[in-house]
Amino acid sequence: MIVLPIIFQFIAGTILLFFWRKINLQKVLSILFSVIGLGISIWLFLQVWEKGIMVTQSGDWKAPFGISIVADTFGVTMVLLSSISGLAVSIFSTGSMRKERLAFGFFPIFHFLIMGLQGAFLTGDIFNLYVWFEVVIISSFVLLTLGGKKQQLEGALKYVSLNLLASSLFLIGIGFIYGLTGSLNMADVAIKLDGLQNRGLVSVTSGIFLVAFGIKSAIFPMYFWLPASYHTPPPAVSAIFAGLLTKLGIYAMLRTFTLMFGGDEFMGDIMVVLAALTILSGGLGAILQQNMGKVFGYLIICHIGFLIAGLGIYTELAIMGTIFYLIHDIIVKTNLFMVSGLILKINGTQDIKELGGMYKNFPLLSLLMAIPLFSLVGIPPLSGFWAKIFLIQAGLETKDFFLIGFIVLGSFLTLWVIARLWGEVFWKNSVGLPKKANGLYFGQMPLIDQWLMVFPIFLLAAISLYIGFSAENIILLSQKISSELMDPTGYIEAVLGLKAITP
Amino acid sequence: MKSLIFKTASSYLLPLLLLFSIFILLRGHYLPGGGFVGGLMASIAFLIHSFAFGLKETQSIIKINPGYLMPIGLAFAVGAAIAPFFVDAPLLKGLWFEEPFRFIGMVGSALIFDIGVYLVVIGATLTIIFSITDTV
Repeated sequence: MIVLPIIFQFIAGTILLFFWRKINLQKVLSILFSVIGLGISIWLFLQVWEKGIMVTQSGDWKAPFGISIVADTFGVTMVLLSSISGLAVSIFSTGSMRKERLAFGFFPIFHFLIMGLQGAFLTGDIFNLYVWFEVVIISSFVLLTLGGKKQQLEGALKYVSLNLLASSLFLIGIGFIYGLTGSLNMADVAIKLDGLQNRGLVSVTSGIFLVAFGIKSAIFPMYFWLPASYHTPPPAVSAIFAGLLTKLGIYAMLRTFTLMFGGDEFMGDIMVVLAALTILSGGLGAILQQNMGKVFGYLIICHIGFLIAGLGIYTELAIMGTIFYLIHDIIVKTNLFMVSGLILKINGTQDIKELGGMYKNFPLLSLLMAIPLFSLVGIPPLSGFWAKIFLIQAGLETKDFFLIGFIVLGSFLTLWVIARLWGEVFWKNSVGLPKKANGLYFGQMPLIDQWLMVFPIFLLAAISLYIGFSAENIILLSQKISSELMDPTGYIEAVLGLKAITP
Repeated sequence: MKSLIFKTASSYLLPLLLLFSIFILLRGHYLPGGGFVGGLMASIAFLIHSFAFGLKETQSIIKINPGYLMPIGLAFAVGAAIAPFFVDAPLLKGLWFEEPFRFIGMVGSALIFDIGVYLVVIGATLTIIFSITDTV
């Protein structure tokens, strides 16, 4: 029954395809399906929380031969998060997207995208993971190009060409794995890789995986596609991309590097260096940009650095910090892009220099928008604070002072960027906003559309407040996940149905 | 295209190719073939017909908008995938009828899945080709 989230999203997409031309019906159905999907994810999460790891073998082929679907705590947490941001974006897009863009199957593709993400989070087979990556890329490519503006096509071309490169590297890595072990089931591979004599080849394989997932999650030398493409599609699409697509790369990295290539010293050092450089380049890039979409795009890169940092340190505390940061980051980044979409709708531009006067004209909305902006920085009671505390603590334990310096620097750069944004967009008086935008301004939209845009921001802001104020629950969750990740025997036993032979 | 030979030939080719595509679809479980190849062949049959007689004529043969074949096919596929849930088996397990059917042989849920793929491939290919031909 643990495949239910995937199957449900698939059915949702298929039903929506039947109503190709009835856009209003699609809107209602999409929100409805997203709510039910969220319900299913919560149910699955509670099941796994109580009963431990659940496994199903698709097609009834036994473990190392067939495709195992595994729901461990990490997987279901990611499924839950993707359902939450899926619901938010589904509501937001009904309010904000223009008819012409919705007319070519936005909602069906959107549900197929969520299906791909949830499939990737639940699969226990490395090749199947690749297939879900492809599902995600194809649907995200469609979402990027819907509307077909020149700028969009340019962004999409960069996005797709680099992601295809990453996919082929991933496939080559899988080829290596299969050649080395003769198996594709991750649990089985984990046991067999442990017993291999040829450590050099294993390291090379892990390097290939690092590059492949590194391109997907936009870490230091491979991030150029992200700021070039993420600001081009409509904000609803960027929101789901920002919240989940780069995090899919991080998920895959966490999964493969803890389960299969556990604790490779050399790889850890490389990751620490890459993390530091990612933080630096993302933060500096964000300071330079004037377009709000691009600023947030660079901030994504900056915070990917934090996530890699925890994986690079590779202690239980560090992994826990990474998980906490991941939970916080998915919610906040999705929200940020919706905020930027709302600001775009209100003012008709995303240029920081032209924007202004938000606080004077919309005081309540501005307070609402302050929540995601400042939890991103990590101002103490808000959600980003706790995650960074754990990362820094983990760094202190392993004496990675160099990395701590960069984490603190990254936080300062984020603070700088957000403070500048707050000053320019919310406090400063506006100077001559362009009076002509495509489509309606926020003030001219029907009341229901206005609420449909504000409500998801409110929803996600409430969730990030929850993460911040009852952090003990999230800490408990991240502790459980990190102990499961650092000691994969439970996972392996559950998948293969045997006592793992640890050499 | 104005060639008489091509027109005459294609009016015979359409049913032949369609029959052959169904044959390929049915033999596909153990032998080379299956839904994807069968679907491509069927769409090639319609494509040749549209070259000979024009788009309008072909659309009037197909009757429904080929775009709708995609969700129908997906529904078939998902139905075959979740059918094992009703007998308490995991996802995608092949279920088979006990007795072989006449002329066709053993029939199982894998065939339903393949039919789904067949329809999706026809739908997708024809949608793409028709919209390209429409704009040219």
